Amino acid sequence: MSTFFDALRNHYERHPEKTAIWLQIARRADTPITYRRLLEGAHAYAQAYAARGIQPDEVVILILQHGEALLAAFWGAVLHGAIPSILPFLTEKLSPQRYKKDLTALIGVTRPAAIVTYPEFAPVVQKALTPNDSVRAVLLSNETPPPSPPNFSRLAGRLRQPEDIVLLQHSSGTTGLQKGVALSHRAVFNQLQAYSEAIRLDRARDVIVSWLPLYHDMGLIASFLLPVLEGVPLVLMSPFDWVRAPYRLFQAVSHYRGTLTWMPNFAYMFCAQKIRDRHLEGVDLSSWRAVINCSEPVRPESHQVFYERFQPYGLRHTALQTSYAMAENTFAVTQSDLSRPPVLDAIQRTAFLTQHRAIPTEDESDRLVMMSSGRPIANTRVRIVDDQGRDVPPRTVGEIAIRSNCMLTGYYNRPDLTEKAFLDGWYLTGDYGYMVDGELFVCGRKKEIIIVGGKNIYPQDIESLVYEVPGTHPGRAVAFGIDDPHTGTEEVVVVAESDNPDPTFRQNLALAIQKHVSKNSPITLRRVLIVDRQWIIKTSSGKPARTANKEKYLAHQG
Amino acid sequence: MSAEMISTLAHFIAQEILRQPDRKITATEPLISSGLIDSLSLMDLALFVEDTFGVRIEDTELNADTFDSLKALAALIQRKQGQ
Repeated sequence: MSTFFDALRNHYERHPEKTAIWLQIARRADTPITYRRLLEGAHAYAQAYAARGIQPDEVVILILQHGEALLAAFWGAVLHGAIPSILPFLTEKLSPQRYKKDLTALIGVTRPAAIVTYPEFAPVVQKALTPNDSVRAVLLSNETPPPSPPNFSRLAGRLRQPEDIVLLQHSSGTTGLQKGVALSHRAVFNQLQAYSEAIRLDRARDVIVSWLPLYHDMGLIASFLLPVLEGVPLVLMSPFDWVRAPYRLFQAVSHYRGTLTWMPNFAYMFCAQKIRDRHLEGVDLSSWRAVINCSEPVRPESHQVFYERFQPYGLRHTALQTSYAMAENTFAVTQSDLSRPPVLDAIQRTAFLTQHRAIPTEDESDRLVMMSSGRPIANTRVRIVDDQGRDVPPRTVGEIAIRSNCMLTGYYNRPDLTEKAFLDGWYLTGDYGYMVDGELFVCGRKKEIIIVGGKNIYPQDIESLVYEVPGTHPGRAVAFGIDDPHTGTEEVVVVAESDNPDPTFRQNLALAIQKHVSKNSPITLRRVLIVDRQWIIKTSSGKPARTANKEKYLAHQG
Repeated sequence: MSAEMISTLAHFIAQEILRQPDRKITATEPLISSGLIDSLSLMDLALFVEDTFGVRIEDTELNADTFDSLKALAALIQRKQGQ
């Protein structure tokens, strides 16, 4: 297969009645979507794009919730040769004004030709449009023609070339929305080929079960494109339903004899802590051959807690696996060996913190246990480099650099950012790690990103929101993430200076910051500390130093 | 009864969900639409209600349309207790 179009056509012609996706929606019976149904629904959208004058190679933004319309709109764009990009839908708590503002900014950079949404949501989208912007059509989900058999020899998508861009992926927040990762057909297929090999994908027996959102690389690539393009059945539930009833994942695995699932570290803790026994009655997890932990730091304790909770239901110990992945490499960089648990490495804590070396130790009083993210997949090379770009020896911490045949084409319409991301053809990930015997241990971040429940949060976005609260002062607040072992992810902290010493004033200011940030960002902010003038440590250029302030905060909290 | 229930719920949310024991939550303050209780904590609230008041809140009821304040939550619990 050389393009998505060819792969879809092949499935449609070879086994139209094969179920591609079991779509789960709370309170409804599961919907089996065959390749025929999937592509006839997609054809309706392809016709709608054509009718509205959308040209192949133009971007189409999809603002739709989990459901059949989203699937049809996405694959319809592929049939038409347009470039789909799925955005997160507005949540209950997010301010519609902020959503509108972020959307306007995204339109300015990405210059989409069309936006697809529901009639009820069209007013928010309309308000985000500005005169002379690129958007020529707001396409409503209820205005598409009825599903019909696609005529593959006439659809515009047939003319796409392997090196053409097939889709864009954005991460969240004001900063993330400015950086759409553009991937080509070829990059995605190269990733799928190497990754399928790494997980020993069995097209006859595997069943993928997922609750992940499709706007995120792990949800989009591993848990949507991989199954649909490779012909492996997918059981797809909504993240919204999962978070309110995590047992649905286990019931689905049991019912459909699921074999593969990907999820971020926090979800292991969440599932282990929040499911009642009555929801697991009769559940059999023995079919699950891999539950792959990726998109935030992997923690051995989280695997242990998850294993202990679900082992009585047939969960195999070797099912707990890890991967290191990023949108810029389409998805996976590494994958652990599915035949055994991920490699653990007990290292000296002091040497790690002070010399950035991972020295093995048996001394329990001064050690850290690191869990491997596995080995590079076949098409991806990994180096660990120092700040001059030189290779460092094994067991020395440095920045992870990667090179592969499945890299992004570029950040869409941002050649400046694309150029900055590469050094002599190597993509600098901004993550720290070390290697031992070919295994990659990811152990920190150079880039200033906070990862909360698998979502990338840019601290500068949070700080900008803090400055919108009356009583704060620009340049005198700092945001950073701290580890929360109980939830298995990071928690965002804001420290803000105030000249007013009154405790009631400060309490109200903290509350106002919590509310404003929670309403205007993907996170819920709980920890705000109001401090005196000059508490915050600044860099030589006068910006708040995030790591130094984090250490000061942790010392302050005791 | 309702006031007592509201105070029990408020205490739980401040202590266990927000981890700010001093945080006062009024009976009508928005809980979900404000982001005060995030989606990852909704389950904790549902489990607490089940253990404390002996009624089950279904997962499909865990949204701002069903309850968005302590007052509305207490009313929902009482309705279920009466059934």
